[in-house]
Order: sequence, then structure tokens, then C-alpha cells
Amino acid sequence: MDKIPRLRRGFRFQWEPAQQAHVLLYPEGMVKLNGSAGAILAEVDGEHSCHQIVTILEQRFPEAGPLAEDVSAFLAEAARQHWIEWL
Amino acid sequence: MNTPTDHVGPPLWLLAELTYRCPLQCPYCSNPLDFAHHDQELSTEQWLDVLSQGRAMGAAQLGFSGGEPLVRQDLPELIAGARELGYYSNLITSGLGLTEAKVQDFARAGLDHIQVSFQASDPELNNAVAGSRKAFDQKLAMARAVKDAGYPMVLNFVVHRHNIHQMADILALCENLGADYVELATCQYYGWAFANREGLMPSRAQLVTAEATVNRFRNQLAERDHPMKVIFVTPDYYEERPKACMNGWGSLFLTVAPDGTALPCHSARLLPIDFPNVTASPLEDIWYRSPGFNHYRGDSWMPEPCRSCDEKDKDFGGCRCQAYLLTGNADNADPVCSKSAHHDRILAARTAADHATAGLEDLIYRNADNSNVFCRG
Repeated sequence: MDKIPRLRRGFRFQWEPAQQAHVLLYPEGMVKLNGSAGAILAEVDGEHSCHQIVTILEQRFPEAGPLAEDVSAFLAEAARQHWIEWL
Repeated sequence: MNTPTDHVGPPLWLLAELTYRCPLQCPYCSNPLDFAHHDQELSTEQWLDVLSQGRAMGAAQLGFSGGEPLVRQDLPELIAGARELGYYSNLITSGLGLTEAKVQDFARAGLDHIQVSFQASDPELNNAVAGSRKAFDQKLAMARAVKDAGYPMVLNFVVHRHNIHQMADILALCENLGADYVELATCQYYGWAFANREGLMPSRAQLVTAEATVNRFRNQLAERDHPMKVIFVTPDYYEERPKACMNGWGSLFLTVAPDGTALPCHSARLLPIDFPNVTASPLEDIWYRSPGFNHYRGDSWMPEPCRSCDEKDKDFGGCRCQAYLLTGNADNADPVCSKSAHHDRILAARTAADHATAGLEDLIYRNADNSNVFCRG
């Protein structure tokens, strides 16, 4: 949980008004992210640790309850896909 | 039944074919056979306007392609414009005409990614296919420069019967060069590749061997948790159901040809359809309202066997260009489909591939002289 994730070089995260969604752009590809994936990746900046991201999101979405499990699972999958890397 | 205007989303992918000019002569080029008669090119201002209109409609991925896009001296300006608009921009290049300085300049201008194409894993075959004696060494140098500048890199190999035996060497070369993605794109038979199909199409035996090699290499990468991704585009001529071409006609992809002709895919120019031009109509009218783009949207245009087929929402009847090239009527089911009355043409091509003897010297190379022959008909 102390590890710090950042997007790998060549990946860009941005909001797309036409799709009303956050997307992840990479060489010749694009993933449309659902609301929770978008909210997590928005905090991946190479500075916040996994633990800090959980705290930020729990404060922002108090009705969602504990988020540690969901955030770690998503970031693990994002790392497995080589979208992010650990500092 | 879907009518054409139902559920038309925005063009998320814009392919800007900046020019048909190219220093190479690859005999499977996807440019039109008569490219020599389409030598008009949009100006810098016109391209920037197209990019701006596309972005406003929702396009997020932008490909700079050609021909060889490096031939355009205004490329840095177009890259900077694309970055400012918020595109993810991809430069799709042969590497010829590229220099280390340009690689750095483009990065500063905001280019996100460079795809370098190779023709083979060794200089002799590479240069024979490309029709250029210096191509391979230049490609190697530029692939290294791309990685040194920190870009993600895609290496693209068009695969055909003359290089399909090189899979292991190709993959080793890609790993050695630090590729992030490898595209092993088996020839698709349009444009020059269709004219050369008998001399390019691999046999099924060649294909099976190549696929096994690729899968072994993929497994090794996974075991090492290596991030290089290998994409193997299998040839649809060996399938029994057609590909969902372009994810559906006028669904995601918008190509603008060098002269401003707007197309639902980069091959569609060969169809007997009038396509609109960005110099005459706004991109939004072209995408949502032009007869050309609405021609094959929905499914009301489909004849049998597609019309009553329960898979029509999955593959949209396949590829219109392939239907046209192989049956003479672009409305027909893609003959790749075993339900097509013209599937025998695919079977005949497979048989021909088992017995083909043509060498590289028998192929028609993509150059202006040969194009002029096609222009004359």
C-alpha cells in the first residue's frame, strides 16, 4: 500500500466530453474507463501512494465505504496490463 | 432492422493520410493503385482545420500516415496543432527521411508515439521488398533513436509468404530494439496487395508454423513478465467468418486522404461510391449526413445471406472492399464467409497459395510508373 503508481510513458489519461468518460490513450489504442476506474487513475500522478489514493477517494465518496480492496485490485490489474508502473 | 442514422457515434479515430508520396515501393501498399493520379494535397491550414473539426466531434486518436508522412515539410506544425487540440498522435512511418534531430523535434512538438515499419528481419530481404538499398540500416538507426528519445514504439511488419518464415528472428529483433508493441500484420488484400495476391499469400502450412512460433514467444514473454505486446493479425482468407471490418462502416474510423477525400477506411476509395471531400463540406456533415458514409450503415442494405443471418450484428457482413474486389458487387457478403455464394474464390486463393512459385522479382512494385499503368487501365 506504500507503493507509488505512475502511468507508463506513452499512456495518457484524459476526460473526453464526446464519450462522457475518462479514457486511457496509448499507441494506437484507447480504453474507455468506467466511473470508478477513472476516479482512481485521476489520482495516479507519480506522487500519491496507493494508500493515499484510498484515503483521497474515501473522503470524496464517503457513501462508498472502505475502498482499499477495490483500489488495490484495480491498480494490480492496471500494472498487469502495463498501463502503470510502481515507483 | 437498423436504419442508417440510428446510433451513429462520433469518429473516435482519425487517420490523416498526409501524402501518397513515398520513397519505398512495397508491393502490398494499401494506397490506391492509381495514386499517381491523385497528387493533390491539402495545405497546412486545411489539415489543421480538419484536425480541429475532428477533435470537436470527439476524435481522440490521430494517425499521421501516408505514403510517407515525413515527406510533408509541415509535419512539426501539424504535430503541434494536434497536441494543442488534445489528440493522442501517432506517426506511422517507414523511418526513411527521419533523423535523430526530427525525432527530438517531434517529441518537443507533442508527438505521442512513433510506429516504424520493417519489411523483414534481415537487410537483404527487407531492402528487396521495400525496393530500397538503404532502408534496413536506416530503420534500425531510427528505431534506436525513437527509443532513446523515450517514445513508446510500435514495430510493424507486414507478413507474407516471403517473410513469414522469419517470425522467430523478427520477434528477437523487436525485443532487441526495445519495441513496446509488435504488429505482425498478415497482408490484407486490397490495393497493391490485391494485385499481387498470388505472389504474397502464405500457405496454410506456413501460417500454422508462424502462429505456433508467435505463441511460443508470447508465452516466454509472459513468463518473464516482459511488457512487449505481440499482436498477430491473422489473414481473413483462412477464416470461415468475415472480420467485423473497421468495427462497422462509419462507426469509429474516419480517414482523410491526401486530397481531402473523406473515407470510412483507407481502402474504400476503390469502391464505386462518391465520397465527400473536406474542402467542400464540414466534417460533421460528411460523417453524419453524407450518402457516402451512410451507404453501408445499419443493415437495410444487406442482401442474402447476410439479411437473415443471426451473426450480422457481429461482423456487419464483413468487408465491403473485399466483397467488391472478389464479387464485383460491394453489397454482397464478404466471400470469406462460408455462407457466401462466392466463397469458392477464397478457396481458390488458398489452393493457389499451396502451389505458388512466384518470387519477389515477379511482384508489381508500388511506384509511380506502375501506378500510371493502372491509371491507364
